[in-house]
Amino acid sequence: MCGIVGLFLKDKALEPKLGAMLSEMLISLSDRGPDSAGIAIYGAPSGNEAKITIQSAKPERDFRGLDAEVAKAIGAPISIAVKSTHAVIRTTPAKIDEARETIQALRPDIRIMGAGDVVEIYKEVGLPEAVVDRFDVRSMTGTHGIGHTRMATESAVTTMGAHPFSTGADQCLVHNGSLSNHNNVRRELIRDGMKFETENDTEVAAAYLSSKMAHGRNLGEALEGTLSDLDGFFTFVVGTKNGFGVVRDPIACKPAVMAETDQYVAFGSEYRALTKLPGIDNARVWEPEPATVYFWEH
Amino acid sequence: MPATNVSKATRDQSHARVFDLAELSLRELNQALHQLTPGSNETAWEVLNPKGSHSVAVGVDQPVAIDVRGSVGYYCGGMNAGGAITVHGSAGPGVGENMMSGSITIKGDASQYAGATGRGGLLVIEGNASSRCGISMKGIDIVVHGNIGHMSAFMAQSGNLVVLGDAGDALGDSIYEARLFVRGKVESLGADCIAKEMRPEHVELLQGLLDRAGVTGVKPSEFKRYGSARTLYNFNIDNADAY
Repeated sequence: MCGIVGLFLKDKALEPKLGAMLSEMLISLSDRGPDSAGIAIYGAPSGNEAKITIQSAKPERDFRGLDAEVAKAIGAPISIAVKSTHAVIRTTPAKIDEARETIQALRPDIRIMGAGDVVEIYKEVGLPEAVVDRFDVRSMTGTHGIGHTRMATESAVTTMGAHPFSTGADQCLVHNGSLSNHNNVRRELIRDGMKFETENDTEVAAAYLSSKMAHGRNLGEALEGTLSDLDGFFTFVVGTKNGFGVVRDPIACKPAVMAETDQYVAFGSEYRALTKLPGIDNARVWEPEPATVYFWEH
Repeated sequence: MPATNVSKATRDQSHARVFDLAELSLRELNQALHQLTPGSNETAWEVLNPKGSHSVAVGVDQPVAIDVRGSVGYYCGGMNAGGAITVHGSAGPGVGENMMSGSITIKGDASQYAGATGRGGLLVIEGNASSRCGISMKGIDIVVHGNIGHMSAFMAQSGNLVVLGDAGDALGDSIYEARLFVRGKVESLGADCIAKEMRPEHVELLQGLLDRAGVTGVKPSEFKRYGSARTLYNFNIDNADAY
């Protein structure tokens, strides 16, 4: 089943509440998937730093002293902010790839959740409320975000099998459904230079979009491509550094509701997820059409 | 007796029993509805704060009027037998699934498979219905003021589907004996579904459905009728190689 949510703010006044709003949306869909949950938050760009969200099953061992070791290795300042099993590493944008490689060399058990100028990604096994509490998502500020609560079908219930999946800088995707041609598409993407962390079908969809955008397509064009190149059931909600997109497969059996006001665009697997949003009673509420791309950019 | 008459006769808001789902559970609401017995004086109900709840007023089996103030989630009014349910908002997937009799009116839009497998009664959607509206319908009458999505009336067996707007792809795929009346354009017809002549009995039937659904200012002559070509009813030996 799975439950997915997304929130793209137009009104800057709501930005301090993004984490709280998105958390409530996701918690309301808890009974659509008890296995794992995750949220990606796009914070305000600072201009002079980039971020890597990392995860470890043994955070005390893996995160201790990591900032100093990485800073020494790459010759640039590093900061680390630990939140439970996750940590956000900050450094100068020019050093971000080097920092990422260094982290993986120094601490082989650390997994990269995502990286970019603005995105932070938190995901773990457990119910949405537990995951939101663990990472204090409610206090997070941002411009847009997406979330997922998972009922696993295609791969193991692990942290790495949880959504969102991020396969490019500031790009991530959540998925309700299952893909049937993901093995073939994964092989093609590997030939194209994409790297995969899991056997999961959704990671393939994320990498497909990252690959298209790396080849110069915009978010809308990349989403359009999923309709002909991905086979299976899907409702995707996607975030990029400044964009937010939604697409459903032509059969469209995975539910979706959207709402738009002057203040935001919101997505939920069900209307329940939208009921606490400000001004929802007067919002334009609609079901996104099958095989139709919707996207917004700041 | 047409369900709309039940609705008018029993709807008296001043004496409605009000159920606020912000304070009481859905189970308490549905249990209270299920405990009604024939001849009960509690014939008018009002449900507040549904906020997308699933299964609101499922399994009603007495001729009571229920006004739901807001939007509902999955399966509202499922298996309804005699109730007159009005949703003053939109409905999630499967509204009126397997309805037996009575009526359900949705003031907003309805999501997927509205009226699926319905055996009787009247489902009115004043907005649009999305995909698979009336899938496997078995006697229910469905009137949609707006448009319907793709694969509507898939394997529809009997009953009537009336659409004042347009229909999406593959309307009436593998249809049996249900009648489909569409006023707007049809994106495409499904397998074995064809346009059919509007004979006087169909005009009369359609007028009756429009009247029951409270539709005014629309004439039966504005609709086209679609139904089964009946070529899939028996196995065609020429297709044996396909199996």
